[in-house]
Amino acid sequence: MAIITAQPAQHGTGSPRTIARKKRPDDTRLAVLLILPATLGLVTFYFWPLLRGIWLSFTSWDLLSAAQFVGGENYVRMVQDPVFWNAIGVTLHFVVLNIGVQTVVALMIAVLMQRLTGSILVRSLILAPYLVSNVVAALVFFWILDFQLGIGNQVLHWLGLDRVGFFTSETWAIPTAALVNVWRHMGYTALLIFAGLQAIPAGLYEAARVDGAGEGRMFRSITLPLLRPILGLVLIISVIGSFQVFDTVSVTTGGGPVNATRVLQVYIYENAFAQFDFGYASALSVAMLAILMIVTFIQYRITRAGQTDLN
Amino acid sequence: MTTPSTLRSRSSRLLGTVLCAAVASVVGLVGCAATPSADSGEVTLDYWLWESLQVPGYQKCAAGFEAENPGINVRVTQYGWADYWQKLTAGLVAGAGPDVFADHLTKYPEFVSRGVLLPLNTLEATKDFDGSVFQDGLADLWVGQDGQQYGMPKDFDTIAMFYNNDVLEEAGMTAADLDNLQWNPEDGGTFEKVIARLSIDTNGVRGDEDGFDPANVATYGLASGGSGDTNGQTQWAWLAAATGWEFTNAPVWGDHYNYDDPRFQASIAWLFGLVDKGFMPSFESVGTAPDPVQQLGSGSAAISPNGSWTISSYGRLEGVDLGIAKIPSGPIGHPVSMYNGLGDSISAQTDHPEEAAELVQYLGSDACQIVIGKEGVVFPARPAGTAAATAAFEAKGFDVSPFTDLVADKYTVLFPVTTNGAEILSIMKPVMDGIYIGSQDVSSLTTVNTKINDLFTTNP
Repeated sequence: MAIITAQPAQHGTGSPRTIARKKRPDDTRLAVLLILPATLGLVTFYFWPLLRGIWLSFTSWDLLSAAQFVGGENYVRMVQDPVFWNAIGVTLHFVVLNIGVQTVVALMIAVLMQRLTGSILVRSLILAPYLVSNVVAALVFFWILDFQLGIGNQVLHWLGLDRVGFFTSETWAIPTAALVNVWRHMGYTALLIFAGLQAIPAGLYEAARVDGAGEGRMFRSITLPLLRPILGLVLIISVIGSFQVFDTVSVTTGGGPVNATRVLQVYIYENAFAQFDFGYASALSVAMLAILMIVTFIQYRITRAGQTDLN
Repeated sequence: MTTPSTLRSRSSRLLGTVLCAAVASVVGLVGCAATPSADSGEVTLDYWLWESLQVPGYQKCAAGFEAENPGINVRVTQYGWADYWQKLTAGLVAGAGPDVFADHLTKYPEFVSRGVLLPLNTLEATKDFDGSVFQDGLADLWVGQDGQQYGMPKDFDTIAMFYNNDVLEEAGMTAADLDNLQWNPEDGGTFEKVIARLSIDTNGVRGDEDGFDPANVATYGLASGGSGDTNGQTQWAWLAAATGWEFTNAPVWGDHYNYDDPRFQASIAWLFGLVDKGFMPSFESVGTAPDPVQQLGSGSAAISPNGSWTISSYGRLEGVDLGIAKIPSGPIGHPVSMYNGLGDSISAQTDHPEEAAELVQYLGSDACQIVIGKEGVVFPARPAGTAAATAAFEAKGFDVSPFTDLVADKYTVLFPVTTNGAEILSIMKPVMDGIYIGSQDVSSLTTVNTKINDLFTTNP
């Protein structure tokens, strides 16, 4: 490492030897030591379960007796399973509604936070829903939207409208669950976007304003293009999270009515913990991993999330 | 705070622990549970059950058992139905489950096939198991396909209809009008006439009067208990079985279901057809967890069919002058109720199988079952226990003969005990929900039946 060699002093008073940096102690060992706990965690809780999950997807395993290797049987069954394909459709429906609405709303909130108010209180309040657990948020909305007793339906009734089976009709269950998740996550997503907005040089807005551009024009021509990498990142993270929706559905509809909300994670859970079919559940999980990898790759390429237009 | 050297040694210890845990997880976590010390001389048995109303009774039983068996302690633990089975499974996987637990007919076939239950007849205290001391048929439900006894009969249940006397009076009816009701899947018989009479729309028009608005109903004639999944225990089993229909090709351990039978499908079509008539709440309004007890209590339903285990829940409803009526007779000429029995099973993982068997023997004895009966919550499996329960209910002012007469008359059909229970549920439930909603036709049950019966050929 030490490449500074002693140069004979041409002139001057200070000795170059004292100016030259001291040879640094080799800190590789310390570095390894410091990343070891995290690496152990990663190996134990991510890589090992991942490998084991992939292995289990080729077995028939009921938790209580030993796993038996069955080759690709679980995957053949999966391709022929209408409930699996239905789960993919239902999950996509959820993701499109959830991410579509959430991203637009969060972007609006973030821009308003930047352009309209600097109040810490407002920013904290916007983040508040994210601090509520998914299960609690889902259950509160489950009660609010109850067909008979929910205050939401009472309000509809007072307005002279028909009651809506938000969680009990095949049509409304997924949109309702998606919007509950939007409510919970929009503040957090807005905060991520807000951080991206801070990185856009204020000078650009000043210049635009001098040229006579309005807020709408500045949003379209400055904010959106320069926000692309952050927006791309936010989309990738939130789509992955959205694909893995479980708790909101599990505590409200449990996958019903019929198969209307049987999203992939709920179907995986049922196969594993209701039917003790851990082999098939693992195959479904591997399928989900593959889907998410493909979706993430496509998103990454389309949004060019790794590049910035600022330099 | 920590020098690198101690950190390193700690890390390597941690690595060892982690690897050990990882290896253990591959092997299946055998032997990871803390084993109780054997030298204390005291044995503690864990007993689990899901019914919270029964905890006080079983605590008394546990005390009685401890008094008779010095040196054995019993720890009674209760979890709600849904948590119960997850806890139990997790406990069995981790080797930390109960020694003895309350078991259900829908669950025990899978426990047997996974080898997690000890047959009672292989243990000293219960080796002379005699099923004839219990109400007829209850012991047979717990005999596995291998002929071994996997559960000690605990209590049984049948179905009857709860109603509010005040509501009957307003309709110009008396309790006598609910006696000897007739039902058939074609026009619903006198049973449908009663349901129609008791249904009232928001304008106060009754279901059997002109101008009844089925879309705006204030009180439904019949409460909803949901779609009933695979067994329709409280919802439709008593209707379909009264046509002569049977679940499977054998009383227990059948390997062919009969959901394709026209009598079954006609019964289902009649029941869920009540929604369009405005005589029963829709799926949309009751959701996935309907509560027939509350429907009666709130006055949103007039007749609420339910199991004998719910008598005390109905009894606690305020402002309801409770009455209990027998379920209607069907085309075969008499009513038929599902006859379900719970049992106590012994975990194969128990460290004290012989002591566990002694506990199970005690739980199945007159001594314990009379105590349980006196609590007035369920009907214990032994006749003396049943009598004690009947007396206890009578003391509370409930005539429970609509439940018990069915057993005395043998107007019962056993709960369907078969393998593949969880798979059958996953196939059947969405379709039954769809039929209740109205988005699927009862004829789709024929396809469902084929799928279910295929399970028995691929996984007998």
